Amino acid sequence: MSEKRLSLSPARFLSARRRHRSAGLVVLLFGLLAVGSAYAAFAPDNAVADNSAQSQQIEEGKKLFAVGCASCHGLNAEGGGTGEGKMAGPSLIGVGAAAVDFQVGTGRMPAQQPGAQMPRKPPVYTQAEIEALAAYVASLAPGPAVPAEEAYDVSKATDEQVTRGGELFRTNCTACHNFAGKGGALPNGRYAPSLMGVDPKHAYEAMLTGPQQMPVFSDQVLQPEDKRDVIAYLNALQEQKDPGGFGLGRLGPVSEGLWGWLVGIGALVCVAIWIGAKGVKAKGAKAE
Amino acid sequence: MSDKDFPPPVKYLDDRLGIGKIGKKNLRKVFPDHWSFMLGEIALYSFIILILTGIFLTFWFKPSMGDVQYQGSYSLLKGLHMSEAYASTLDISFDVRGGLLMRQIHHWAAVLFIAAMMVHLLRIFFTGAFRKPRELNWVIGFTMLFLGIIEGFIGYGLPDDLLSGTGLRITQGMIGASPVIGTYLNFFIFGGEFPGDDMVPRFFTVHVLLIPGLILALVTVHLFLVVYHKHTQYPGPGRTEKNVVGYPLMPVYMAKAGGFFFVVFGITALMGALLQINPVWLYGPYNPAEVTAGSQPDWYMGWLEGSVRIMPGFESHFWGITLSWNLIIPALLIPPAFVTLVALYPFIEEWITGDKREHHLLDRPRNMPTRTGIGAAFITFYGLLWVGGGNDLIATHFGVSLNNVTWFLRFAVFLGPVLAFWLTRRIAISLQRADNDRILHGLETGVIMRLPHGEYIEKHTPIGTYEAYELTARERKLPLEIGPETDDNGVRAPRRALNKVRAALSRFYFADSVQKPTQDEIEEAHAHGHGPGDEHEELTETETFHEVTKH
Repeated sequence: MSEKRLSLSPARFLSARRRHRSAGLVVLLFGLLAVGSAYAAFAPDNAVADNSAQSQQIEEGKKLFAVGCASCHGLNAEGGGTGEGKMAGPSLIGVGAAAVDFQVGTGRMPAQQPGAQMPRKPPVYTQAEIEALAAYVASLAPGPAVPAEEAYDVSKATDEQVTRGGELFRTNCTACHNFAGKGGALPNGRYAPSLMGVDPKHAYEAMLTGPQQMPVFSDQVLQPEDKRDVIAYLNALQEQKDPGGFGLGRLGPVSEGLWGWLVGIGALVCVAIWIGAKGVKAKGAKAE
Repeated sequence: MSDKDFPPPVKYLDDRLGIGKIGKKNLRKVFPDHWSFMLGEIALYSFIILILTGIFLTFWFKPSMGDVQYQGSYSLLKGLHMSEAYASTLDISFDVRGGLLMRQIHHWAAVLFIAAMMVHLLRIFFTGAFRKPRELNWVIGFTMLFLGIIEGFIGYGLPDDLLSGTGLRITQGMIGASPVIGTYLNFFIFGGEFPGDDMVPRFFTVHVLLIPGLILALVTVHLFLVVYHKHTQYPGPGRTEKNVVGYPLMPVYMAKAGGFFFVVFGITALMGALLQINPVWLYGPYNPAEVTAGSQPDWYMGWLEGSVRIMPGFESHFWGITLSWNLIIPALLIPPAFVTLVALYPFIEEWITGDKREHHLLDRPRNMPTRTGIGAAFITFYGLLWVGGGNDLIATHFGVSLNNVTWFLRFAVFLGPVLAFWLTRRIAISLQRADNDRILHGLETGVIMRLPHGEYIEKHTPIGTYEAYELTARERKLPLEIGPETDDNGVRAPRRALNKVRAALSRFYFADSVQKPTQDEIEEAHAHGHGPGDEHEELTETETFHEVTKH
């Protein structure tokens, strides 16, 4: 039977099966193949031309990642285990370039040692390396991008914007970071770090990505102009001189009490001892 | 003395007011000299500074919660809506000449006022200056400390900034935790729902009129009683229970105390000028929806804050009622119990010792080892709660976990006072032994002598008579004896159980205290002490009551 069919000419073969129930599917597959091949023939050419620099950066980032990050975060940034069921580093798929720029740019990553929280320290990578790492992580899945410079540029902020930023700061940030951005304690050895000396870009990225213990303040919660105003207020706080003298660390009444006791009462007791030691020896004592 | 001695201006006043006689008697009033007697003065002078700077501040402060839009010169808050109280505090800080300096001096003086009262209280406690006839003056002083703390806390609440509002909110929570009456009490104090509009004007009246008036009246009584009782003095040559050895008020103490006032004012002014305190502009206006890390009260409320911070979160619910033990215990039970114990301490000690005599000679702390130990335990308890109030800053500044600090304190607050009591008492007893050693054997000269038969001895020289007087000018203190169960006629003694408790407490106070040597012991020691090769061990050392009753 098969021999008989094979002996048919191709045209007759097709014509004989044109009403076969799979015919439509086959035609569709041919069609898709044709369109796909045509697309592959033309479109990728442009893309490769545009992205060659970027793909090179991603490639470079991947290499840096494999050396500096993969031991904790896994070879493909899928997150790593310690072998004891503990997470050494979280998955970085979908965290976006902004998270990488913040963590590596503030020196928090690569981590020195495991702990309750990764402290800020001088960055290990150059800006170009950070960008490569960010590009690689961003290439894994979409996530928040590094903000453009005008997003956190507060040089032209008006007084109203700064004041508004102050209100937003007190509503959203002071509960952990303290009224003057000096930081505060969180449970189990974690803490909200001081915001003094933080690059505006990093402050913006922190709000955007919610690093470590911090909640995410997405663009729907704190809109980009809100974030910029908060940064403007922080900037003003940092530049402001303490009008009342030495600021005692801007930590609130605890440091004031410490100074009151150590310096105030300390000095006064010393003076009392001095006055007490200055007797009037010659006059003689009078009994009453 | 006839009135011809008075210079003309005094004579003029004496003729009309009769001040000459009063002055002549009181200006020559003698006060003993010791630095520790000047601690109360710091409190008095800080209070005067508080009144002076406070009057300045009332000229500009607007005690109102009416809403205004800030248009002053502090740009970071310009255009914000806030209460008049907060806006006027900003105006005092930035737009009134010298206003910020006055605010800061006022605040530092408040910090020092209460600290000085507390240091003064400790001096009175450890030297036994609260004993008869001064128990009531102790209570008056304690009341002033209590009022001062309330006064300070209300002052902290007046500017209506974020910090003070948060502090009042916590207070409102504590009051609200009182079973049954909490809500009513809050509505009574705040004039409705918190924060309401009445808070600042009400607190202002209490802060500038009611409490300062009360303190001023009590200061007067306190000082009058100091003059009436005459000042206590440390034991020393020529000093007895019946005299006061020292210098007259005029001119010595006029100069010393007057000079000290200016020193206190100077140091407070320096602090006000150089050290920033309560930067209300950084906190922003109070808004119940906001809070800041580092929200703490001023130091004197810190122990209350700590008491609440370290308390585990216990709560019970029944019949639709919630009892917040996490506030009732640390805020409504422990602090009042502790301060009541401190306030009543003179009466408690008097009952235990059964000592109803007048005392004008002070105790050296070592000579009352149990009292000194109790004082150390009180300080430790207070101090640990105080540390708890700053647990967050301890965690961040010493790089430790907040939870570990809290858990440490939960245990330390019970164990620490016991340890402090035991250690301090042991040290006091050892110091008593050292004193006796000095009296009996004299000073170690460091001169080593070799005797003809080869033995080495160290030469001792007897201490001077002045020092010997100081060391022995105290009483032998023995525990209270309770009589036999029944008298000769077989009648049971009244209040037997209570007296047993009292006798046990009295033994706790005195049984381990080292008694001073008797005359015989001293003479014997000195007679033997000079011969070479003398064996000190053979001497009967003065024992404690415990040691005597053992053999």
